[in-house]
Amino acid sequence: MILSDLIELETLRVIWWALMGVLLIAFALTDGFDMGVGTLLPFVAKTDVERRIVINTVGPVWEGNQVWFILGGGAIFAAWPPLYAASFSGFYLAMFALLAALILRPVAFKYRSKRESTAWRAGWDRALFVGSSVPALLFGVAVGNVLLGVPFYLTDDLMPMYEGNFAMKFLGLLRPFALLAGVVSLSMLVMHGAAWLSLKAEGPLAARARAIGTYAGMIAAATYALAGLWLAVGIDGFAIQGEVVRDGPSNPLYSTVIHGGSWLSAYSDRPWIAIAPLMGFVGIALAVLGLRAGREVSTLLWSKLAITGIISSVGLTMFPFILPSTVRPDSSLTVWDASSSHLTLFVMLVAGAIFLPIIMAYTAWVYKVLWGKVTEDDVSEQSY
Amino acid sequence: MELNVVELSRLQFALTAMYHFLFVPLTLGLSILVAIMETVYVMTNRPIWRQMTKFWGLLFGINFALGVATGITMEFQFGMNWSYYSHYVGDIFGAPLALEGMMAFFLEATFVGLFFFGWDKLSKLAHLAVAWLVAIGSNFSALWILIANGWMQNPVGAEFNPETMRMEMTNFFDVIFNTVAQAKFVHTVSAGYVTASVFMLGVSAWYLLKGRHIELARRSIAVASAFGLASALSVVVLGDESGYSASHTQKMKLAAIEAMWDTHPAPAPFTAIGFPNREARETHYAVEIPWVMGLIGTRSLTEEIPGINQLVEEAEVNIRSGLIAYDALMTIRTERDETPADIRAKFEAHSDNLGFALLLKRYVDDPRDATEQQIAQAADDTVPGVAPVFWAFRIMVGLGFTFIAVMLYFFYRASFRGMQFPRWALRGAVAIIPAPWIAAELGWFVSEYGRQPWTVDGVLPTALSASHLSVMDLLITLAGFTAFYSVLFVIEMALMLKYIRKGPFEDVEETDAWTIRHEHRLRTHDGKDPFASDAAEPGSAPLSNARHPGATPAE
Repeated sequence: MILSDLIELETLRVIWWALMGVLLIAFALTDGFDMGVGTLLPFVAKTDVERRIVINTVGPVWEGNQVWFILGGGAIFAAWPPLYAASFSGFYLAMFALLAALILRPVAFKYRSKRESTAWRAGWDRALFVGSSVPALLFGVAVGNVLLGVPFYLTDDLMPMYEGNFAMKFLGLLRPFALLAGVVSLSMLVMHGAAWLSLKAEGPLAARARAIGTYAGMIAAATYALAGLWLAVGIDGFAIQGEVVRDGPSNPLYSTVIHGGSWLSAYSDRPWIAIAPLMGFVGIALAVLGLRAGREVSTLLWSKLAITGIISSVGLTMFPFILPSTVRPDSSLTVWDASSSHLTLFVMLVAGAIFLPIIMAYTAWVYKVLWGKVTEDDVSEQSY
Repeated sequence: MELNVVELSRLQFALTAMYHFLFVPLTLGLSILVAIMETVYVMTNRPIWRQMTKFWGLLFGINFALGVATGITMEFQFGMNWSYYSHYVGDIFGAPLALEGMMAFFLEATFVGLFFFGWDKLSKLAHLAVAWLVAIGSNFSALWILIANGWMQNPVGAEFNPETMRMEMTNFFDVIFNTVAQAKFVHTVSAGYVTASVFMLGVSAWYLLKGRHIELARRSIAVASAFGLASALSVVVLGDESGYSASHTQKMKLAAIEAMWDTHPAPAPFTAIGFPNREARETHYAVEIPWVMGLIGTRSLTEEIPGINQLVEEAEVNIRSGLIAYDALMTIRTERDETPADIRAKFEAHSDNLGFALLLKRYVDDPRDATEQQIAQAADDTVPGVAPVFWAFRIMVGLGFTFIAVMLYFFYRASFRGMQFPRWALRGAVAIIPAPWIAAELGWFVSEYGRQPWTVDGVLPTALSASHLSVMDLLITLAGFTAFYSVLFVIEMALMLKYIRKGPFEDVEETDAWTIRHEHRLRTHDGKDPFASDAAEPGSAPLSNARHPGATPAE
């Protein structure tokens, strides 16, 4: 197809790298507050009615929000097949834990209020808490591991292989730095959930959410700063050695990579990327102030800014790496050698250019229809 | 079965996919049936139709939750368990999955919330639009998934790239307009419609047997039997279309389904029943219907359908051709741009059969070292388990025809016999509720098990597709999924049964009041006394959902 030559392979790769970030951020901004709200549930709601109000603030929208995650998975499969192949099998047991938690969530939402029994509801409340907090933590742990590098390598047939036994596939992921990254993501999403509850709920319920959200924000800022410091002094980065071929075939073995130096050297090479961590800190600070002052809409927007900044900072710091390998650095996946073919990237870009705006438009319409506080009167038979 | 990673990964995929597929067909069909009911409500403004929409919508919601939850597993399982597959064909296979997310899943998931929460927030017409968007989203979802699956059956629009060691897309439109995918899509969604129709028919029949919710049950039967009849016909016709396309693309699967060991002079007979024996290469006690197979498979009386033995011989030829491609590939990989032109040409000429050489990887690391015996063995491996697909196919087809008969009967009684249904027929309708699920699962089995030993037909063997995992990894997740899914299944069934027993509980007063007024009007028009006893014929008790205890929440 000649049409696909309209955009160069190199450009398509950068666009798809950015789009992967956009999808992850969209997921964190939308399903992020669902997870934050689920994590906050046992702490902010004291009675069954309060719990139902909390759940109903996200009840009509979590399902659509979660699709950003599914779409993220599909988009990685379509645009970065080597990444899809190497990461999910490498994080095998962690992925299983994540899936189990994510499966619990929809079921808990749907089934909780289908019976009156207190034990039944308490059980699903716990399921909601686990199904929300575990993924929120694990996403950060996964990002931390990617920054540290993953013990995988590619054979000459490009089959991803892993070092370490099965227990290491899960426990090996829980390295101190990765856990710290997990705390960043969990606290960031709890803050986001609190900002959402402050907008959608009222009275003591919203007040409790704001109080916890304030602390969560402070923890997020502190752990994020600590993680940055750790990256500066204690963690080796990765770099492509020799000439960087940006439009070559997607075969990671064609390039030479060294494990050493610092990730943070990216900030001297491309000083403008400092804007991302800055957005993170400023966003958290303003969101925390907003929570304390009881501002609603602006607080949620600042929280969104913080999340956008924090997630972007990881991608921008690592660029062009997307999955570095510790055991054989040459196997590391980068933007330049782990993408789909020119045609597939182009076709998917066209599809994305058509459908993402449509998705955003109807999602915005749904949020507009549901605008306003969820009150006791809203919690009816048909709701969760 | 050997306890190795490939077999365990297959088992896990089968388990999670077939479990997911318990919920999908009902979602596909019920979403449309609910949207149809809401359409009638909006057009007639009769509260009974809103009550029906809400009641069946509630059951739809319970089912939908598990469909979504178990679908999450599917999206990630290719990467988790089939990493070489994901690398090897992700360039093509990933695209429809991502498109499914963008075009379909987003639509249904975003609007399903509004469907349940929007009754008071939206105008009637807007809510109707939401219901249809959910239905369209669900059905679009199936389209993209079957385009992905269709490509595994008939890998068109792609070629192997030696530089990246994978298949790459050459023509996107060939991939989406794949004939196998199109036939499969209509066949599968129709099967979903039949599933939902049989479900709705069975539940309504149960209400009639119990003398409850008569108004809702009768109208539901009218909708379900009409929709179900059209769908059941479509399933069989499009199933035939699938068979026709399989005869051109997946000859081995077709031969296995028919247990046709030797090529028969055209037109081939259809083996209605028999006992295939793989070792002896013959079908014992076969009952054959002359000509039928030839007609189904080729739509001609002269075209031959190749038998299994002939296809194994062809596979052996393909393996030898694939070995030439493999040998050239190894040179291309080391020499890259310096590869001599004749080696490139050799590769181009034989690259279509590269997958057949990969079949040997089960036995030797380097296929070029394979012995004659191993080549013969690999060729023999291309025959799937004949008896399982032979039987699964026949049970599925038998059920398919049963559904046509059932739907035809109920459609006739509902349309021309004044909605009078004999009790034996109602009992039968309740009894066959599980049947469409059995048919759907068997259909999945014939399609996927019949494709073995390939994940992508003729391109990538299953034995090569799995991830580098340990048996222990697999045992942990297999046990986890089994336990977790079993618990969810019990909970789902319990909730379904609870809400079916409870019956419609929303808008009860308004609907009953309307029903009484409506009956009154009908009788007055007939010139009959509106207050005469409504003890007409048995089984036709006209009114009131409110009179019996089932209409009020039991708990």
